[in-house]
Amino acid sequence: MAEKNALYKWFDERVDLVNLEKFLRHKTVPYHRHSLWYYVGGMCLYLFIVQVITGILLLLYYKPTAEAAYESVQYIMTEVPFGWLIRSIHSYAANLFIGFVFLHMFSVFLMKGYRKPREITWITGALLLFLAMGFGFSGYLLPWNQLAYLATNVGTNFAVMVPFVGKWVLEFLRGGTEVTGATLTRFFGFHVAVLPGIATALLGAHLLFVQRQGMSVPISIEKEINAGKAKRLEIPFFPNFLYRDVVGWSLAFGLIILLSSLFPWELGEKADILKPAPPHVKPEWFFVFMYQTLKYVPKAVGVFGFAIAGGIWVLLPFFDSKSNRGEFNRLYTIIGIAAVVYMVVFTIIGYVAPGE
Amino acid sequence: MADEKIPRRDAINYLLGAGIGALGAATLYPIARYIIPPPASGSGTSSVSAGKVGELKPNEGKIFKFGNAPGILILKPGGDPASALSYAAFTAVCTHLNCTVQYRTDIKEIWCACHNGHFDLNGKVISGPPPEALREFRVAIKGDEIFVSSEEA
Repeated sequence: MAEKNALYKWFDERVDLVNLEKFLRHKTVPYHRHSLWYYVGGMCLYLFIVQVITGILLLLYYKPTAEAAYESVQYIMTEVPFGWLIRSIHSYAANLFIGFVFLHMFSVFLMKGYRKPREITWITGALLLFLAMGFGFSGYLLPWNQLAYLATNVGTNFAVMVPFVGKWVLEFLRGGTEVTGATLTRFFGFHVAVLPGIATALLGAHLLFVQRQGMSVPISIEKEINAGKAKRLEIPFFPNFLYRDVVGWSLAFGLIILLSSLFPWELGEKADILKPAPPHVKPEWFFVFMYQTLKYVPKAVGVFGFAIAGGIWVLLPFFDSKSNRGEFNRLYTIIGIAAVVYMVVFTIIGYVAPGE
Repeated sequence: MADEKIPRRDAINYLLGAGIGALGAATLYPIARYIIPPPASGSGTSSVSAGKVGELKPNEGKIFKFGNAPGILILKPGGDPASALSYAAFTAVCTHLNCTVQYRTDIKEIWCACHNGHFDLNGKVISGPPPEALREFRVAIKGDEIFVSSEEA
């Protein structure tokens, strides 16, 4: 420590950097054959930060009105230096983010990371997943193109199914009875103020709990350690774990830049209320499994089914008492795998099923 | 010199540092370029219609839109509304602190209300804090339309 510079000393005298350094040095992360999944959460955080930065940059030129939104995005894509890059990064990273959030959730689910004492971490995480979908849904409308307009019409229409207050919820979402410029302005507010505010609070809680409790070790590994068949291995968080994180982030960044450069995100046609919907109109990919399901089951059954399933999913730790006792719960593993298979299969059907 | 060796660790650190530096620069450059807006389409305006003949009486002025900024058109006292020479046109942006100026019929001067700057009908500063004259525009009449252009008058 003798060679630390004056700036370090200045801060150390005020905020006790030595202690922080000691803390970082002592923080460890479990190391075992499933520990690759620990990096998925960090990836979500990284992509979230990319979204915050590129989102703020887009705000410099974006205009949230029906008259100007499409043109302002067009301006960003064609006139502003590197505007095409910033917007493409925002769009690709958004999709990658949702993908990693799902991956994070299912990996935690299958390793039963939600079991006691990490119930609150799971609940905040599940809520963050819904929030991520809300970000996707609200952000999709903002370029005010035809597909987004139609998707928002369809998506917000489900609100009428909420018992008793459905009509009110619909008007709250749309800023009126129809999807108009008022909806756009509202979605803009949700996307850049309301959701980020809630997300920051939930994310803060989520990270605080992860920090306080450390990473969950899967039940199978715990059992091996307890039976003396395996040793409890750990690696330092800093720098070992963080450096591995950075490798993943760099790869993701490279992929996003590559996609953005080769295939800049499209803008489509400007929304026109008088135009009929084209055939095979679909929502964003992470809604497709639900959209496809609604083609097979009555709307009410589907919508309430998803609402109830979502609710149970959030409160899962309180149902799985077996995992809470540290026993392996095969049923829940099967349920988790079935959920993944169902979502993947229905998403694929949604994309390949002709003319349905 | 030939015997001096860079320790392997240092070499790797330099390479890593240079790589991170390059990545940082490659990330920051587009962002820096992005936050500076491209030239606005309106600012290249060279000629606009400022009004119709007969709209202004002698010793009257009006503000018109010249691209994204205001301009001021004045029909000089005793001037003939049909003659381009009777008009004077300037940018309406005061050279002091960018307030929008106005024509005062009572004193027959262009006046900036912010800090009491006075300009004559050639745009020259008469009194007050403005450091420079107002930029003058050229006035032309085509039909009954008064055109103002940014070419030197």
